[in-house]
Order: sequence, then C-alpha cells, then structure tokens
Amino acid sequence: MPNEPVTVSRRDLLSLIGTLSGSAAMYQAMTSLGFAADSGYKGPIKLDGDPKGASVLILGAGLAGMTAALELRKAGYRVQILEFNSRAGGRNWTLRGGDSFTELGGVTQTCAFEQGLYLNPGPWRIPHHHRAVLDYCRRLGVTLEPFTQLNHSAFLHASGAFGGAPQRIRDIKTDFQGQVSELLAKATQQGKLDEMVTKEDREILMQALRSWGALDRNYVYKANLISGDVRGYAKDPGGGLTAVPIPGEPIALSEILKSRLWRHLQNFARYNFQTTMFQPVGGMDMIGKAFVREVGEVIRYDAKVTRIQQDDHGVTVTYTDLKAPATPQQAKADWCICTIPLPVLSQLPINVGGRMKAAIDAVPYSSSVKIGLQFKRRFWEEDEAIYGGISYTDLPIQQIAYPNSGYNRAGRGVLLGAYIFGPNAFEFTSMPPAERIARSVEFGAAIHPQYRTEYENGISVAWHRMPFTMGCAGDWSEAARTEHYANLCQIDGRIVLAGEHASYIPAWQEGAILSSLDAITRLHDRVVKA
Amino acid sequence: MMQASENRLALATTMSVALLLLSLPAYAQGAGDPVFSPGFKFVEKTGEQLFTNVCRACHMSDGKGATGAGTYPSLAGDSNLQSSGYPVGIVVNGQRGMPAFGEVMSDDQVAAVVNYVRTHFGNNYPDAVTTEDVRAVRR
Repeated sequence: MPNEPVTVSRRDLLSLIGTLSGSAAMYQAMTSLGFAADSGYKGPIKLDGDPKGASVLILGAGLAGMTAALELRKAGYRVQILEFNSRAGGRNWTLRGGDSFTELGGVTQTCAFEQGLYLNPGPWRIPHHHRAVLDYCRRLGVTLEPFTQLNHSAFLHASGAFGGAPQRIRDIKTDFQGQVSELLAKATQQGKLDEMVTKEDREILMQALRSWGALDRNYVYKANLISGDVRGYAKDPGGGLTAVPIPGEPIALSEILKSRLWRHLQNFARYNFQTTMFQPVGGMDMIGKAFVREVGEVIRYDAKVTRIQQDDHGVTVTYTDLKAPATPQQAKADWCICTIPLPVLSQLPINVGGRMKAAIDAVPYSSSVKIGLQFKRRFWEEDEAIYGGISYTDLPIQQIAYPNSGYNRAGRGVLLGAYIFGPNAFEFTSMPPAERIARSVEFGAAIHPQYRTEYENGISVAWHRMPFTMGCAGDWSEAARTEHYANLCQIDGRIVLAGEHASYIPAWQEGAILSSLDAITRLHDRVVKA
Repeated sequence: MMQASENRLALATTMSVALLLLSLPAYAQGAGDPVFSPGFKFVEKTGEQLFTNVCRACHMSDGKGATGAGTYPSLAGDSNLQSSGYPVGIVVNGQRGMPAFGEVMSDDQVAAVVNYVRTHFGNNYPDAVTTEDVRAVRR
C-alpha cells in the first residue's frame, strides 16, 4: 500500500491502550506459563481397537485417574485403582458439616457448617472453555450453576488506601477507565497522537473513548448522569417524590493509582476468569462422586503406594493397606497410569528412565490456603448488596469470596474467608489451624466489620499439610517446562503419568482430565499395535 | 507440649474472634507473633521468625517433619546438616517437593534460617553460615 502514511498498526495501538489501562503490563507480570492455554478438547475419546483384555493399574482416584478408569474400561481393559485416601476425588473435594480430616502435624478439624452449606477447598470454579470438564459433567449428570467471578459490588481493599475503607469494584474500575479515557482523549485533541494514529482513526478513537469511558460531550469524565449510568449513584434513582438520582463524585485518578487497587482488575479480565464460569450445584465434589458412581467398584482405598516396579511383562506396585499396615501388598497389571502428585511420586522408588525421573524430581508444588467461615446471616447480601463474586485485598487473606448459591435467603451462610498464595500461604500454613481461622476473621473484619458479631465457626485447608498431595498444584518454572515437560509426559515402558502436573493448565481440573485422555490415547495406541 | 496445645486449639474454631485470639498461648504472650510478608518475598528477619513462619509449614514445630503419602524430612539431630553447604543449597535451589526459596529470600535470610536449624532441634553445629557462603551457592 504505497500511498498510506506511516502509522502505527492497530495492534500497536491496542497495545498502547492496554498499557495505559494497565492490563497488558499486568498480564506480562504473570510469570507462570499455562494461564492462557486453550483447552483443546475435541469431544468424547474414541479408543478403537481391541486391547485383548489387557490390564491397567491406575494410581490415584482423582479426576485424572477416574477418567482413565472410565474410558479404559469402556474400551475393554481390566482396570484397578489404588487410592491413598478413604475417599475418591483427590483435590476435587467439598467440606460439609460433620466432615473431618487430619492434616500433617496431627491436628484434626471438624467442619461445623449448617446442613446445606459447604466449602470447596480445592477447585471451586470452571471456565466455560474447559470443555472436557463440562462434557463429563453433562455425560455423568452433574448439574452446573453460574460461578460469579466479577461482582461489581464486591470490594477492592488496601489497608493503606482510602483510610482502609474498601472500595466497590464498580467505582475503581469505572473511574480508572473514565479518567484514563479522558487523558487519552485530551492527548488526541492536543495532536499528541497525530504521528501514531491516522486522522480517520483518531475521529473514531474519540467516539470510542467517549463511549468506553462514559465521557460527556466535551470528553470529560465527571459526576453526572452519564458516568452515573456506569458507576452508579450517590443516591440511586427511585420512585415517587424522592426519586431524583444524585451522581457520585468519581475517585481521583491519582488516588486510584497510588492505592494500587487497579492491580486486582486483571482478575476479571483474564481468559480463565471470564464469564461464564460454573460450579456444580451442591459442591465441586459432585463431579468426583459422579465418577465414583461409574468406576467406584474398581477403587481400592487406603492404599499407600511404596514402590512402582516395571519389567518386560508388566508393572508391580507395592502398597501398604493403611487399615492393615503390617503386611505390604502388591498389585500387578500389564500397564500403569500413575497420577500420584509429584511431591509424593518423587520420593517413591520407580524404575523409569533418567529423563522421566529427572522430570518427576523437577516440579515442586505451590503453597495455598483456603479458609471457610460460617456466619449467622448473609450480611454481605443484607447489608452490602453483594450477591456472589469476590473481594480482593492486600491483607494476607488476599480474597473474600461470597457464595454463588442460596441467594437472598435468610439464615446462615459460608464465605470463603481467605484464598492465599505466595509467602502468606506459607505463613498461614505454619500456624495451627485455629490460628489461621482466628487471623482470617480478624483480617476480614477490616473489610466487613459484621464479622465480629456474626462469625460462628470456620475450617482451614492448607495444601502443604494435606497428606495426599503435599502441596497445592504443580509449580512449573519456564525453565523446567522447557527441560522436563515433554519427558514427564512420555510413556516409559509400561508406565505413563497423568494429572494436572502433566498439563499446561496447572491447578485446573481440565488439565487433569486432558492429560489423562492424552495419556490413555497414546497408551492404547501402543497396546493395540503390540 | 506443642502437639497437645495444637490439638486443643482445634476445638477453638467455634469461639468468638476475641476469645479465639486470646486462647492461643504462644501468640497471646507476644512471643513470636506471626509475620505477614506484604509482597512476593519473605520479610521475616531472624532465623527463628523464618523457621516459625515458613519452614514450620512442612517441617513442623519440632522440626521432625511429617509423613502422609510422602514424607517431609526431619531436621532434628540431622547429620545431613553437618556440611553447611548442603542445607544452603537446598533452601536456595529446592529439591524435589521442596520449593526453591532463593528468589524469595535474601542471602541474609537464607544464612539466618540455616543457622537457626543447625543450632536447634537437637542440632549443634557451631560453624555459622555467612551471607558470603550463600552468595557462593547462588553462583
């Protein structure tokens, strides 16, 4: 196009806008691979060809293990699962009143939630593009409901900003966007973008900024019914004689910038957190329970694997029956699908090649803590009109999440009082469980003072204290992915690994299921060709 | 002693907030209040703070670790700690299930926590690790 003036491309312009609004910079700050990975699920697996009654021993009755069992058995294999816990599902787990568990260190917690209330201490939300999870939910009869990630009425909070007063997401988001739009509109009007954006595009840009930023006809963002239409009002429109709305005063851009609250906005923009998200009705473990209805009879519980040995003829797994630990047990099969979390697997004798062993040894697990708190009433709805969604804070609890079911009901409710990663996760894990709960109540009260009078009981899950995973999820560095990931996923003789750690979607159930489908596809191919 | 009090604390989950905090003896006395790091790096300074707030998550209050499907190793009376470069390397670089702490702790912090572990829990290794020793491991 020889006559076109030199301009920046549209892509560069979008990048410029992204940089001004912070989302690109925030996105690039994320160091871990896998957060923007598309699922790649192609539909129900088809394993054609006769396995001639070959046997498969599956280690772990989480979603990866149970998916393998379901599909392999359907294809004609004899399958058996060894599971460390007394229940199936692994990290797919829901805590209800009466449930108890003992963490490493010996403390037993018993959940005291009212019947009907629950906490999902592991996975708690499903992106709409995690099509394998959704397909199994459909096939296995798991009913889903929406999970709200972005609730505009929830809070963003920083202890050192706005006198510690939490701010509505709606206010921060709209006022940031509006004032940034105003700045960009001014820059355009002052000719500062003339060399970067064509005249034609500049005219459209002005219209777009006015629309996107809720600017008035002078391209100014301020308290009026235009901004009020987006950010809400100091006094909402009503009915009758006192109906006239009063717009609220926007928060100054400088205050928003200094508060750092804009950092939280990416939690609503990221691909894995975009609407529509889902959760199973009644608890995330509905998925695990659905799998158990299909393959439960092949699961041996309370089995602690101590050795994995393969040779030309098959695989022999030595395990301890935790209910009768005196005598080691053995299970044999032609093939083995191992879904044991890597912190555990890396300690087990397993005769795989050096590259796979190096890969198994290369991935520590992230630290994470979730705390569920029961309150006498749903004060977040009754007092603050917060129905579902998540508040974010720079306090060590990091997040408070509101239940996405049972809306508008009188009576008790359970909040996720903390969802913690990073150094704070180690700090909370190190505390006795009762202290974790006490601290989460103390911190949460800074955002919701109602905590002090309405709190009833709580329960905490610190993933490094969970005996069956010894960590939250695979924590792959970029270097480790490059060096080890492909080696981890190979079939080594008669053994292949699966689990969220063998995926590019760490910590997501989709990763567990997809890795399992991929592993059994390759394994089956080898079996029928043998 | 700590085990018994930790089990007793499990019963405290239904108490009110104020009562909850008062019922925690170690913290009520102000000895070793928890430290909360505000960012991506740990801010604990002393070896005791680092052990109590970070290492204790897995290695436990008595340093003896724990066993579930796998094992967090005991650091108590541990002959592996005799050669100081070994624990420094493990803390900085991690090993299998143990994460690497090198990016989230300074040389001072690594030295402090290694020195703490090597002089507690039935360990009594007198050769203290310096920040230069840690820096050497990072190279």
